[in-house]
This record gives sequence, structure tokens and C-alpha cells, in this order.
Amino acid sequence: MKRHLISAADLSRADALLILDTAEELAQLADRPIKKLPTLRGRTVVNLFYEDSTRTRISFEAAAKRLSADVINFSAKGSSVAKGESLKDTALTLEAMGADAVVIRHGASGAAHRLAGWVRGSVLNAGDGTHEHPTQALLDAFTIRRRLKGPQARGAGLDGLRVTIVGDVLHSRVARSNVLLLSTLGAEVTLAAPPTLLPLAVGSWPCAVSYELDSELPKSDVVMMLRVQQERMNAAYFPSVREYSRRYGLDAERMARLPGHAIVMHPGPMNRGVEIAAEVADSVRSTIVEQVANGVTTRMAVLYLLLGGTEFPATGEA
Amino acid sequence: MTDHDSWLIKGVTIPGGEGPTSLLLGGGSITDIGPNAEHPDARTLDADGLIALPGLVDLHTHLREPGREDAETVQTGTAAAALGGFTAVHAMANTDPVADTAGVVEQVWRLGRAAGHCDVQPVGAVTIGLGGTRLAELGTMADSAARVRVFSDDGRCVADPLLMRRALEYVKAFDGVIAQHAQDPRLTEGAQLNEGEMSARLGLAGWPAVAEEGIIARDCLLAAHVGSALHVCHVSTAGSAEILRWAKSKGWPVTAEVTPHHLLLTDELAAGYDPVFKVNPPLRTGEDVAELRRALADGTIDCVATDHAPHPVEAKETEWSEAAFGMTGLETALRVVQRAMVDTGLLDWAGVADRMSVRPARIGRLAGQGVPLAPGAPANLTLYDPAAPAEAVTPAGASKSRNTPFAGLELPGRVVATFLRGVPTVLDGKLT
Repeated sequence: MKRHLISAADLSRADALLILDTAEELAQLADRPIKKLPTLRGRTVVNLFYEDSTRTRISFEAAAKRLSADVINFSAKGSSVAKGESLKDTALTLEAMGADAVVIRHGASGAAHRLAGWVRGSVLNAGDGTHEHPTQALLDAFTIRRRLKGPQARGAGLDGLRVTIVGDVLHSRVARSNVLLLSTLGAEVTLAAPPTLLPLAVGSWPCAVSYELDSELPKSDVVMMLRVQQERMNAAYFPSVREYSRRYGLDAERMARLPGHAIVMHPGPMNRGVEIAAEVADSVRSTIVEQVANGVTTRMAVLYLLLGGTEFPATGEA
Repeated sequence: MTDHDSWLIKGVTIPGGEGPTSLLLGGGSITDIGPNAEHPDARTLDADGLIALPGLVDLHTHLREPGREDAETVQTGTAAAALGGFTAVHAMANTDPVADTAGVVEQVWRLGRAAGHCDVQPVGAVTIGLGGTRLAELGTMADSAARVRVFSDDGRCVADPLLMRRALEYVKAFDGVIAQHAQDPRLTEGAQLNEGEMSARLGLAGWPAVAEEGIIARDCLLAAHVGSALHVCHVSTAGSAEILRWAKSKGWPVTAEVTPHHLLLTDELAAGYDPVFKVNPPLRTGEDVAELRRALADGTIDCVATDHAPHPVEAKETEWSEAAFGMTGLETALRVVQRAMVDTGLLDWAGVADRMSVRPARIGRLAGQGVPLAPGAPANLTLYDPAAPAEAVTPAGASKSRNTPFAGLELPGRVVATFLRGVPTVLDGKLT
């Protein structure tokens, strides 16, 4: 594995499988009464968040703490950043404090990349602008594998599984990371979206593209709904929220056209009634709550592997 | 004039001429050319292996003064120009205050005269404050001591078609030219990088080629309609070159420039998100680069202009989307052109003299610049060693800023000397 995790493209198939398998081990440990492991004791993980994202920050914080790392939460709001401190100066400050890893969420694409040039510790991209969000893709892959192949699927990829990602691909870091990671793991990815919400050069990506959702549903093992920002209609990406919902929203009727085993995913936060209907979000096919739980274990695996923590006891020994 | 003002440049090759010869300079002019040119008291410069070009002329330079003297001053920017072989630069209007009055253009012009490294010809703003709504006093700037002939809102596009039409028409009264920064503002809202594979992968808002091409097509039609001179700044796409070729085939009064960086670099360099590669218009694809080279070679694009855009370190040591647009280029322009155009066989050195001196001087209406080397011509010239071994570009130079996209890149050639009206501004590659 590389020292940083900035893009899903940084991960080879072997790297990705190692993370998923490690997460699977950690998930077993999570069932124990004492969830905490000593592996990252004495190491410092900084959560550097320039955007409000309570769920992602809490997930990383829980992951680091369960590995016994010291966690510093650095929120851009109310800090020196609000006074106009540059990313570089913040990076040098964190460096001086001896951060072993920096988890960064930032509104600018490439911010994690830039940060990696200024700190010695590992950089984990927790979402940069409209670029990538690789740990989201990892937890999605982990969720897909668990649901469709079972917890004993260690070493297995997602070969042959058909994943349809629906919605605002153009502005989605989740979509970019998932296209890269899921195709690395052997899945067949299709993007379903209005043409305005697909990058013009989407043809160069390792996936198929469809302008309609209905034709994709019967052949999908996984449907991943992306959050659509309602203000996009002001920039003429689509005429109205209702029309978007009619053409690309997943309601109960559409869900019924999925194969029986198919699952429905959403990275959250959801717009119920826009891209996903309440009865779909709350259905047995929905993995939305599992994704949150899997987020912690997957991020533990990433932190563990990037920071080279001490061995954790193999499952079954305790 | 004393004899100490005479220079005998021996063994130099003039592109298009026959073999090595000697150039005698005196009284600010070229007094003699030929293997037997002699002067008993002239200082001698041994120019074996060097070529002599008429002093380079840049149609597009940001000197930043007044307003951003932390990035560049007239003094430092023109020093960089001289080191790059330039004897004249056009100073763009987007200063603070904007060069939209006779007072500001005269100030810049006077600062250039005082610095003395090269001629500084101010460019006037088309609209007040570059605001794009009301014409600046173009005639007053034309009548001022700075004798402004080129007008541009560079950095901003004159997007309003009616205003553009009026500006083109109005400057006919004093043989002016409107230099357009072709960028449709609506199609480029928030844009960061050429729209294509790289912008899609990097998650940077796309900057479509059509945002440039649409404005160029419109402006060519407007120029033809009113019979006025249009100059298109920093052409960056293959499609733009095609439109210009079509406009020129109609005999319309349209000229265009291309930057050294658009002749050599592509958007793939953005992969590391280093904003030193962030520029407006953005770096495009390899196909665009190839087409721009062809268009410069066949004359569709008239000239090379640097768009030298210095920025302080902190404007670039930041996130891509926060960073300033622009790159320096005066000190590397000729070497980049050698690499992109001469070493590839697309242009000979006589062609370089035409595209980097003769034509830009003509477009800028600059008297005494861009005159082919001949007895009686002003002694503005550049001595260049095209055989100098390729050396990596270092960011440190005469410019106050360090934002060169060529740092570390090995480029051939070396500017050995620059003469401005017979006086050396650069000798042995150093400022005099």
C-alpha cells in the first residue's frame, strides 16, 4: 500500500482486498464486549475538517479511538482557518504537533493531494470537493461483499456483480471513487443519470453509461443512489426536483423491478422523496444503516494498514 | 555619439541571410552588415555560432505595476524581458488602478522609460475598470504620451456583443486594435481546467473549448462587419485555430497570438493539482498543442505572446481552486519556441523572427520595433545561441515571481545578448 490514501486509484486489487479482509477481521472483533484494540496506542490522528460532515468525522473518530490512537479534531470553523490561515500553514502546524495521520475533508478538489506534499504523516482523503472519497467506496465495497457474498468471502472480489450508480455523477466524489474501486474489484459499473449530470468525458471511465434508470434495474445486483442537491436545478442541470424524481428517483414501484437479491445503497445524507422514496430507504433491501456501521470497521482497517499498527489478535483466539 | 557607442558583432548568422557575417551598430542603428564591416574603435562581440534576431516584441505582458508590486514591477518585469531577448513589451491593463485613463497609461509608460531595459508600450482597458459596461476613454489614451493603440480588458472578456462592436468601430479613428480575451463568462462559471478527461477525473469544473471558440467566431464576424482590427489573445484550442483560418481566408482584419505554454504543455500536468499549471485560458490537450503549432507555422496564428503573469508564492501555494491563474514566461519564451517549433522542424529561425518580432510589432503599431535587420534599421536585436546544451529551467530569475511552469524542464538554447537601440541591455546572458 502507498503511504497515503487520496484516490481509489491508489489501490491495487490486492490492496483493496487486504483492506476488505482486514475490515472483516475487525468486524468480528466488534462483536466482543470490549471493542478497543491497543494497536495504534501513542499514535496521533488528526481529523481536519473544512466542511461540516458530522457523520464522516464521527466515523473516523470512532475508528481511530477503537484502535487506541489519540484523536485531535480540527474543525475549520472557529479556528485560525476562519481567520484566513492557508492550508499550507495549517499543515505545518499539524506537522509540528507530530500528527501520524491527517484525515482531511475539504471543499476543494485536490486539497488532500496538496496536503500530502506538506506533511510527513499519512494523508487520508475523507472527501475533497468533487474529486474523491475513497473510504466511502471501500465501505460500499465491503457492504456489497458482505451482503451478496457473505462474511466468509475473504479474498473474494466483486467479480461479475452489476452495480448501477444513479444521480449527480458530475459533482459526486462518491461516484468517482466507486467507479474506480468497484471496477478494480471486478464489478461491472453502470452510471445512470441525466446527460447534464455526467462528465463530458465519462466515456474514458471504466464503466458503462445510461441515460435512463428503468432499463438498468432488472439487471442490477446493486443500486447506489446519490444525493442530488436541489439547487442544481437553478443551474439548469434539470428542470425541476419533481421531474428529476420522476425520471431518476427510486420509488417502491421501481424497486419492485430489481432482482430479488438486489440491494439499495445510499451514502447519505438522503433526500427522502427526491432520489429515494421513504419506503425504499426503510426496506429490507436498504443497506443504509449497515453502511454507517461498516464505515467504522473499514476506516479502522485503513488506519491500521496505513499506520502499520501492531498486530491485533486473530479472531477465534480470545 | 562617440565611438564607445559602437559595437561590432562578429561571426553572427542572420536567419535568411548567407553564412556568418558581421553587424556594426552605431548611433542607435545598424550602420553596416557584411563580413567586412569594421570600425576602428567599436567594441567587439564575438558571436560565433550565434544567430541575430530583431529584438523580440511581446504583445501580452503583465507587469503588475501599479498595484501589485509584490508580484512584479516595471523594473523587474522589463529586466526579465531583456533577459528573454525582448526589446519591447505591451503592458496589460489589469493593474490597480486599472489602466483605463491617460494618467495610468502615461505612468506605466514613464516607468518603462526610466527602467530602460526595454520599451514598455501600455495597453489600455476597453471598458472602465474592466467592468464590461462602459467604454473607457480610448481616444484620450491614444492621444496621450503613451500613444496607446492596443486596447484589452485582458483577464475579462468583452462579452457584451454590442459593446464589443462599438469598441471595434470606435478605435478605427486612431488605427487602434481590440485585443480580446475570448472567454464566454457563463460557459466558464467556476471553471478550473480544460473540460475533458482530466477535469472529469480530477473533479475540477470543466472549461469548455467552446467558451473560447464561440467568442472568437462572434468577434471575427463583428470585425468583418465593421471593418475593424481584432486581435485574439492567447488562442488555446484547435477549434479556435480553425475559426481563425476561416476568418483569414475571407480576408478579414483578424490577428491572433499563442503563448509559449500552450505550445508545449497539456492539461495532464494538472494531475498533481499543483496550481503552477493553473492558467487562463487553461492548458488543453496534446491535440490542441499540435494544432496550435501548425497554425503558428502556417501563419494562421500571427505571433507568440507570453502572457507573462507573475504571482507571489502564496497565490500558488494553495488549493487549486483557490490559486491565481497565470504563469511567468518572459525569460523562457524563446527557448520554449525553439523546442516546440524549431527543433520540431515546423518553423525556421527566420520564421521565429517573424512570429516573435516583426508581426507582434506590426499588430501593436510599434514604430522602431520588429524591423528586419538591415543597414539603417534601429539596432534592436537579440543574439541567441540555439546550440547551447539543454539546461533545466530554474525558477529564480529577474522576475519577482517564481511561478514558471517550466521549472526543472530541460530547454535548449540561451539568450546571449540583447541590444536596445544599440545599447546592450543584456551581455553574456546577464543584465548590463
